[in-house]
Amino acid sequence: MDFSLSPGAVEFRAEVKAFIADHLTTEVVDQMHATGTFNDKAFNAALADAGLLAGAVPGYGDRDPIELYILFNELEKAGAPYDGLAVTMLVAGVVNAVGTDFHRSRVLGKLLTGRFNCCLGYSEPDHGSDVASITTKAVRDGDEWVITGQKMWTTMAHVSDWVILLTRTNPDVPRHKGLTMFLVPMDTPGIEVQPVPTMATERTNATFYDGVRVGDEWRLGEVDGGWAVMGVALAFERGVMGGTNPAVPLLRHVRDWAGGAASPDGGTMLQDPLLRERLARTAIANQVSQLLTLRAAWIAATGGLPGLEGSMAKLYATERYQQAVGWFQEMAGAEGLLGFDADGAAADGWIDYDARHAPVTTIYGGTTEINRNNVAERHLGLPRDR
Amino acid sequence: MDLDLTEDQEAIRDVFADFFSSETGPERARDAEPLGFDSRAWDRLMETGAPGMGVGGSRGGGGATLADLTVVVEEAGANIAALPLVDHMVATRLLATVGACDDDVLAGTTIVGLAIRPAQDGTARTVPTGAVARRVVALDGDALVLVEGDPGAHLENHGCLPLAHRPLAGATVLAEGPDAVAAYRRALDEWRTLTASTLVGITRTALDLGVGYVKERRQFGRPIGSFQAIQHLLADLPGLLYGARLLTAKAAWAGDRAVAGQAGVADIGDNEITDFAALACMALVSAGEAATTATDRSLHVHGGYGFSEEYDIQLYFRRARALTVVLDDPARECRRLADLLLAGPSTSNPPGAGSDGNCVPHGGSEPGGDADHLATGTTR
Repeated sequence: MDFSLSPGAVEFRAEVKAFIADHLTTEVVDQMHATGTFNDKAFNAALADAGLLAGAVPGYGDRDPIELYILFNELEKAGAPYDGLAVTMLVAGVVNAVGTDFHRSRVLGKLLTGRFNCCLGYSEPDHGSDVASITTKAVRDGDEWVITGQKMWTTMAHVSDWVILLTRTNPDVPRHKGLTMFLVPMDTPGIEVQPVPTMATERTNATFYDGVRVGDEWRLGEVDGGWAVMGVALAFERGVMGGTNPAVPLLRHVRDWAGGAASPDGGTMLQDPLLRERLARTAIANQVSQLLTLRAAWIAATGGLPGLEGSMAKLYATERYQQAVGWFQEMAGAEGLLGFDADGAAADGWIDYDARHAPVTTIYGGTTEINRNNVAERHLGLPRDR
Repeated sequence: MDLDLTEDQEAIRDVFADFFSSETGPERARDAEPLGFDSRAWDRLMETGAPGMGVGGSRGGGGATLADLTVVVEEAGANIAALPLVDHMVATRLLATVGACDDDVLAGTTIVGLAIRPAQDGTARTVPTGAVARRVVALDGDALVLVEGDPGAHLENHGCLPLAHRPLAGATVLAEGPDAVAAYRRALDEWRTLTASTLVGITRTALDLGVGYVKERRQFGRPIGSFQAIQHLLADLPGLLYGARLLTAKAAWAGDRAVAGQAGVADIGDNEITDFAALACMALVSAGEAATTATDRSLHVHGGYGFSEEYDIQLYFRRARALTVVLDDPARECRRLADLLLAGPSTSNPPGAGSDGNCVPHGGSEPGGDADHLATGTTR
């Protein structure tokens, strides 16, 4: 095995780091946490203009797939607003993999400019992990489809240009066989977006679809073939496109805080043996998370579809992140409860932020339990029982 | 970037997977208890050249890299071979760096052990292979010493390791001073890396045993592996297994690079760790956790059979714990790691930690460069 990046990847990483140093200003970070929108169109556009998005679409083009990992890993480690970009590039990958020439010409090129966003319309108020049971209806009417229903957790819908929408087109067959995916322009009449504020500072949305009419050309994949499209999307989503190194900025912030924070026992917190042990354990978990993510990227780079490996990476990384921030918040005591703007906040409020954010990560993008089901059934070959 | 084994390593893996599954395994490990030494298997192992394979070809060894050796010992761990292989390989490589590796050692007719903690009051205590090794290499102050004589009296223990105390009276001084200490530290990091790989092998088999059992065992009219409570205990384990294996492979890669004079870095702020000493510590802690978790859960899903001697999982369970703590408490390993990763040592570490010859960064002023300087016989 060789854990050094290729010269081209080293160069690409240096470009991404230089871009982040130039463009990830305090204002950009403050804006993302003040608005709850972890997406910055100017930042995305500048990334595209710097030529750094060319390899950001999973499965598209001739760039080294390791670049995709590098881009999102560097953005995540730096604490940049990349959630919107990751979802957009994920949709670009799905459009490229299963879309038509119409989709590619109308959508893919625009997404690569960094000036447009997409969001994911899978979950519904009553159907989250059990996504195959969704009830949002799409009914054919001549060359058009009429879509009616409600989606939940449609993060970035309020800044998006398209949503990929999972709908039920046939209620009379087993539930995952009657689904169809659409790529729907968000300015289509009948779509309403309502904000859902969260404790994690990030905003998400509920979206409503009331007789939304789209032409058949906006269908993504086969009629009643939506489940296969979901499979492609989930394989791209889990693991490679960020979300598996959230404890890197946490560790950096806590280390920097601990060096200057007085310990109640005398000395600094950085001299506290238990904190040192936990910083080291977090550093180990961060390496393991990175390696599991690289493994998923490596499988993609060598022609595979790394769905299960991504599940393993997400499962491991998000639980360790939640454990680590729990340790650090306890050890920071009352100051670990203080937010970004509070006087005396431990780690400038990052511990409070990460403690709010960590529980989200073990839920969104496939819960820990769904990922365990996937690993148990598809990797270990245990009998399905649901 | 290449996360696959090389073709040569795949061949090595296949050969030793065959060897350890036919010559060793749970039955043989059970027969070798309580001492933890299977002399027949060691005789057969000598025919493969494994005892000296980590020493450079110019010294009469097999010229294998540390990365190659991890592949061999994972298979030994997967079959809980009752053999002093890791300690012998590491001690042999260390002896080669000071020109003290003879043909008996290379062949394995004389077993060499490594005292993994510095001597206390003239005795190397709980040497992992002290009850079977005629020779033991130890660090006594800043002197690298070799003691030779009958193996020590076996200390019966949790994992049936051949543990023994070894007095160092009459030991030969092989080297002294900073270079000697650096060579010993490097050897200890190789021991951490190869022990981690052994633990990865134990993790792998423990997972297989657990999965196999829950597919067969039926309760309430169906296989217990169909119950989500059982599935979720086991579903965490592949990530731990692959994570520990990759981290161990990365440590070995960094160790081989250090021999070639390439120093690494340890920047936790950017999650960029290529320093051998840091990665070796990380690999041991990570693999220890993987193995203890995997054996714990796998034993648990066996129900009462899990702790009965008739079943194999308890053999893996006890060895996972033994190899995880025989060097030290993993929490103390983590504090040593923190000394490598964070500016300035803690003021409240236990006496001796950080200055006892354990875990000092390679790279910088006394790193791989020193090992390189001494490495007359190690692999290139």
